[in-house]
Amino acid sequence: MSRRLCARRTEGVDKNIWVEFTKLAADYNAVNLGQGFPDFPPPKFVQDAFCEALRGGPMMHQYTRAFGHPRLVETLSRFFSRIVGHEIDPLEEILVTVGAYQALFSAFQALVDEGDEVIIVEPFFDCYQPMVRMAGGKAVYVPLRPKAAGGGAVLSSGDWVLNPEELRSKITPRTKAIVINTPNNPLGKVYKIEELQMIADLCIKHDMLCVSDEVYEWLTYDGAKHVKIASLPGMRERTITVGSAGKTFSATGWKVGWAMGSGKLIKRLKAMHQMSVFDCATAAQEAVAQGFEREYEVFGTPESYFLQLPAMLYHKRNKLAACLQSVGLQPIVPEGGYFIIADISSIKVDSRDLSTEDEPYDFKFVKWLIKEKGLATIPVSAFYSPGHSKEFDKYIRFCFVKEDSTLDAAEDILRNFIQ
Amino acid sequence: MARRLHASRTDGVDKNVWVEFTKLAADYKAVNLGQGFPDFSPPKFVQDAFCNAVSGGFQMHQYTRAFGHPPLVKNMAKFFSRIVGHEIDPFEDILVTVGAYQALFSAFQALIDEGDEVIIVEPFFDCYQPMVKMAGGKAVYVPLRPKADGAILSSGDWVLNPKELESKITPSTKAIVINTPNNPLGKVYKTEELQMIADLCIKHDMLCISDEVYEWLTYDGAKHVKIASLPGMWERTITVGSGGKTFSATGWKVGWAIGAGHIIKHMKTIHQNTVYHCATAAQEAVAQGFEREYEVFGTPESYFLQLPAMLYHKRNKLAACLQSVGLQPIMPEGGYFMIADISSVKVDLNDKRTEGESYDFRFVKWLTKEKGLATIPVSAFYSPEHSKEFDKYIRFCFVKEDSTLDAAGDILRKWSQAQ
Repeated sequence: MSRRLCARRTEGVDKNIWVEFTKLAADYNAVNLGQGFPDFPPPKFVQDAFCEALRGGPMMHQYTRAFGHPRLVETLSRFFSRIVGHEIDPLEEILVTVGAYQALFSAFQALVDEGDEVIIVEPFFDCYQPMVRMAGGKAVYVPLRPKAAGGGAVLSSGDWVLNPEELRSKITPRTKAIVINTPNNPLGKVYKIEELQMIADLCIKHDMLCVSDEVYEWLTYDGAKHVKIASLPGMRERTITVGSAGKTFSATGWKVGWAMGSGKLIKRLKAMHQMSVFDCATAAQEAVAQGFEREYEVFGTPESYFLQLPAMLYHKRNKLAACLQSVGLQPIVPEGGYFIIADISSIKVDSRDLSTEDEPYDFKFVKWLIKEKGLATIPVSAFYSPGHSKEFDKYIRFCFVKEDSTLDAAEDILRNFIQ
Repeated sequence: MARRLHASRTDGVDKNVWVEFTKLAADYKAVNLGQGFPDFSPPKFVQDAFCNAVSGGFQMHQYTRAFGHPPLVKNMAKFFSRIVGHEIDPFEDILVTVGAYQALFSAFQALIDEGDEVIIVEPFFDCYQPMVKMAGGKAVYVPLRPKADGAILSSGDWVLNPKELESKITPSTKAIVINTPNNPLGKVYKTEELQMIADLCIKHDMLCISDEVYEWLTYDGAKHVKIASLPGMWERTITVGSGGKTFSATGWKVGWAIGAGHIIKHMKTIHQNTVYHCATAAQEAVAQGFEREYEVFGTPESYFLQLPAMLYHKRNKLAACLQSVGLQPIMPEGGYFMIADISSVKVDLNDKRTEGESYDFRFVKWLTKEKGLATIPVSAFYSPEHSKEFDKYIRFCFVKEDSTLDAAGDILRKWSQAQ
């Protein structure tokens, strides 16, 4: 075509690290601690629920309610109302989406306009930035920084904090929203209530919205408590809380997620949803509904998957952290989530072995690690804005939500080449 | 909030005929010939494939390739390459989406910019207009019109006026959207009609979005023709398809866009920033469905022959019933739907609540509430400027169990007798 083919909104949002690094890991058959998905199955009770749903008659294979399968939104409402201590209206205050990803997309499209600024706390799950951009908004970054280090102590994600002054300085009359992610990907930080209160105070003072990505909400370790910013006073009417069945039930391939918030906000997300996908798949929603019904009954008991999963992951986290430490990589022990980041600055790699492309050091290191050593990870500077990525190009991210055999294989590789 | 809460793109796109009428049908427990979905099950071989997938090991429950599960895109490439007579590249020329709906959304977002004009042939599946608007484009309408004089009894009698179509093209016209077989009319465009459109696309350097979700459902010997297979059209056409309509499984939400790689590339960019991945197990099931159909294509075993054969009888049954009660059906050559002229029916639509709405909207609401029969008003498929011309038609979906069609028949007969 002689004229311009693609719309301008496709500009600058076409690069995607997942597409690139997933392919690389596959091409090299690497031991994959890169992309965040379990290499074990979901718990039997949800798998069974999915099978049962598929055998549940014709209507399980046909369109369900566009904004969320009734059984699912009712169950989510019941489950989360008990947690937050007030009634969540299943039909007005919940939107079911194709994964948390589409909940985020719907939120940005619904709420961010040309010229709006959106504050993104770094390191951030990389999709926030292109989504803000595609909505015509401008991303403004504020980094979590390690507190001044005491010598030799093992680092924790809890040591990485926001500077309230720095955050406040980023707010302008155009700031529409702030995006937070707790537990955080990639760092694993679990925001404490005082930290969320600080953010909430600013949201209220400056009349900002908050998009709170809580997909890892059940995965907290060492007694860290997940707090919902929407439950703080004055926040309910201005917060969209995003959740994920994929991360909740170790079933990332099911692509069932949700956004919860006040009706007047959710109404706008519904408008975007009905423009883009309209309905979500029926049987998967039925299965997730049954999963939550079961969890509602056993909540807080040893039967609960929401206790069993973090307990299991805690051991895997510790196993991997110990291994990383033993080979001279310095892990930052995460308080929550799926990932550990580690400082690679003490590893010497011959620069002739690294690619000559103009990319950050951690990108080169990760590619080298995949190709030469068969171990896939993700470079952490991918989770930073262009302005700050140079400061943070000596970290790589490992996913520990893997079978022990996978973690063992990774450890073998690391032990062999680093010593 | 003091300031404007929502993005301006959410203005004017929140009304949705499906949300409204689906709820009405449910609230009144109407015999539902409204929304287009089967009330029978998908064929056993795809249901079994889905069950097998869900029992198929951890990978079936985790993320697959973002642009389409490899077995699915490979099987589709094989299947459709044979049909169109040239090689379709599974990784470059196909994008799997959350239903055909999201394929359409991705196409408009990828290709339509502020100020672009998009020609939409009326009557049109209602989502095209708000999708064009959300992408910043301007919809320009050209109606199919019944040929002058004589009985207008078949969808084949509704045609485009080539001069009228050409008169709508301006230097800003980016694309034309066609739907064949057509919803709601059921028209199956003939090769000459598509050639006329193709000639204009090539002459004016326009793209073509061809919604072919009902591609297997043609009756009375009508042949489905892919406009992308006409000379000069492959490089400028996006062909949209649906696993839901193909396998009578609308609740699976697996769709696709097929087209030249340089166009699909931009749709991938949109896709990776909106939903990113589609559900794995459902794609595996559709992949197996296509594999099986590839083997039995053109034989009596083929679901792609069995389904239209079954629907042909249902179409005829419903048409006969409508005729017998004084509603004048327009016999569709293809698709899921039949429209009928309601002008000869005298009804007292004395309902204050629907005053001011168009006649067919009022009629459909009355029919749902008073008679318990749900249909869809056809003016919903027309632009505001033309809907007054076409407000005496209602749309019936005949892809229903015979018992449902019988129940509808009973309602119509009783009502007609009472008059």
